[in-house]
Amino acid sequence: MISFASEYALEHAPALIIVVPLLLAVVAALCPARMGYMLALVASAISALLACLQMQVMAGLPTDYRVSYHLGGWTPPWGIEFAVDSTAALVVLVIAVMGFIATISSKQLFLREVDGSNYNRVYGAWLLAFAGLLGLVMTADAFNLFVFFEISSLASVTLVAMGSGVDKRALVAAFNYLLIGAIGAIFYVIGAGFCYAMTGTLNMLDLGVRLPQVASQVPVYIGFGFMVTGVMVKAAVFPMHFWLAPSYGYAPMAVTVLLASVATKAALYVLIRIFMTIFGGIDVLPQLILQWALIPLALMAMLLGTILAIYERDVKVMLAQSSVAQIGYIVLGFGVGTLAGLQAGFIHIVNHAMIKGGMFIGLGGLVLAMAGQTRPSPTRIDRLAGLGWRMPITASAFLICGLSLIGVPLTAGFISKFYLVSAVISAGYWQIAALVLLSSALSVIYLWRLVEVMWFAPPEKNKGARLPESPLIYLPLWALALANLWFGIDAGLVVDLSYRAAAALMGAG
Amino acid sequence: MKHNPILRVTSKILFAPIMLYGFYVQFHGDFGPGGGFQAGVIIAAALILYGLIFGLYSLKQVAPPPVVHALMGVGVLIFGGVGVVGLVLGGEFLNYSVLLADAAKGQHWGILLVEFGVGTTVASTILGLFMAFAGFVKEAP
Repeated sequence: MISFASEYALEHAPALIIVVPLLLAVVAALCPARMGYMLALVASAISALLACLQMQVMAGLPTDYRVSYHLGGWTPPWGIEFAVDSTAALVVLVIAVMGFIATISSKQLFLREVDGSNYNRVYGAWLLAFAGLLGLVMTADAFNLFVFFEISSLASVTLVAMGSGVDKRALVAAFNYLLIGAIGAIFYVIGAGFCYAMTGTLNMLDLGVRLPQVASQVPVYIGFGFMVTGVMVKAAVFPMHFWLAPSYGYAPMAVTVLLASVATKAALYVLIRIFMTIFGGIDVLPQLILQWALIPLALMAMLLGTILAIYERDVKVMLAQSSVAQIGYIVLGFGVGTLAGLQAGFIHIVNHAMIKGGMFIGLGGLVLAMAGQTRPSPTRIDRLAGLGWRMPITASAFLICGLSLIGVPLTAGFISKFYLVSAVISAGYWQIAALVLLSSALSVIYLWRLVEVMWFAPPEKNKGARLPESPLIYLPLWALALANLWFGIDAGLVVDLSYRAAAALMGAG
Repeated sequence: MKHNPILRVTSKILFAPIMLYGFYVQFHGDFGPGGGFQAGVIIAAALILYGLIFGLYSLKQVAPPPVVHALMGVGVLIFGGVGVVGLVLGGEFLNYSVLLADAAKGQHWGILLVEFGVGTTVASTILGLFMAFAGFVKEAP
């Protein structure tokens, strides 16, 4: 019975992973407010479980194996398909598991920031964003992808706007996020339209076969430009990163956890999909763009994000700026374009999700304990003074994630940097490797400032009593902190899965 | 505008045909042009016309906001529910062929139900948007 159930679940996993949160989102919106958290927990747990099962199966198969799920029973390229190969399986796993962890911590984080009578609608939007992001990764249809872009970004805009209970500027940030996100999505769909006009198909694999046949035609490249630019807006790749800091900064803390750990990851995956699968068959131009446009932009993002983070006094915005830099590392790995580079990109996708998810959960825990006393702007850095002593459980896990962000040996962040630097050097760009190391070194500055404030503040600030710490925050936080340590010491699993993801992409391209 | 007899009478005459046309587009969608999106907009347009002429208060008595808000979700659930029934009966998600013993009949019923779900959601969402925006201004009694 159990084997039958698991076989059935596996067969339909590509659909179920998305359908369960999508439908429970609606159920949550219709149910009384107190059911919201429960439903979100159930839905994200089911998705995470199915993603794990799926990964387990995929890991035992050759890297060129690809599961194709025909929605409605219509065979592709006519019907819409959900496709899972080693690449998609990895990114889906990251999104689903991080979404689940973010959901666990969300109850406590929402508590002070969002009106309790709205929880049903909040979690409705929460699950919609979650399902939309999973759909982005799973779909193999270029237009369907646009629909999932819209689902995820409209839901995230709603969630960001929920921050207006604390700070009205959240509304402006949400509105900017809405407009910029819409422009990105429209650019993408214009590009997809050009490709459709040239080939008559929207299926990604089919596009990959047919686009090279019309590669001499100009509209193909116009379409390429629009698609890439649109997705780069969504992924917050420099210079389209400017929406990220305000929307993460003013969103409720729980929403920042969800968006920071998974939202840009899904868009980055789509970006590399466009280069490798849709336009992978075309010889020169996409590879040139990858090398001569994406690498410089990634370098700018790394340095600029780090420098902006150094000058930022609001911890939440500071971590958001550092996300811009971290996206730079991922794009740099992709830009190198070799197997090792792609692998480094995927390793950092996994590790950065754990790092930033953990840091934002930790920051939320620290700030919310003080929330009653520190309005307005509870995330200003001096509000954290002495909290290292007053909230040791949360603060120490926060510190571990922070060390991992810098890339201290024995943490996951070190593995990311190690693979990235060696991929960059083996591709012959040793100057770029120096810049990567420089930007990591600079990130010590802003993280050290946190340590200084939290542990080495003037003694009179350390005197306050121990503040209450909630297990709903420090348990998921410690899980992430321990994962950061574990994958820093024994990185075999992440490295292996990322290698398979990169190999699957190269094989398709 | 409810004191203007021309508007009042015209809208009363037009209301029923617009509704009927909406339902025609809804249920004829799988044979000819039409379907849930268009039908939803037409049905919502009939109600919005009513609201424009007789005021938001009367509209809210015809279509109470809680019902409208619930219907937005119910439509999605109808759509998704048809998909899930397909899953349970052994097909893929949204595979209508397995809904009934006869695959062609299953396809027919599947698309009809799905379009009904779309129509419900579209009509109630547009109505909800109208009521939300119209509600910004306090109405003279």
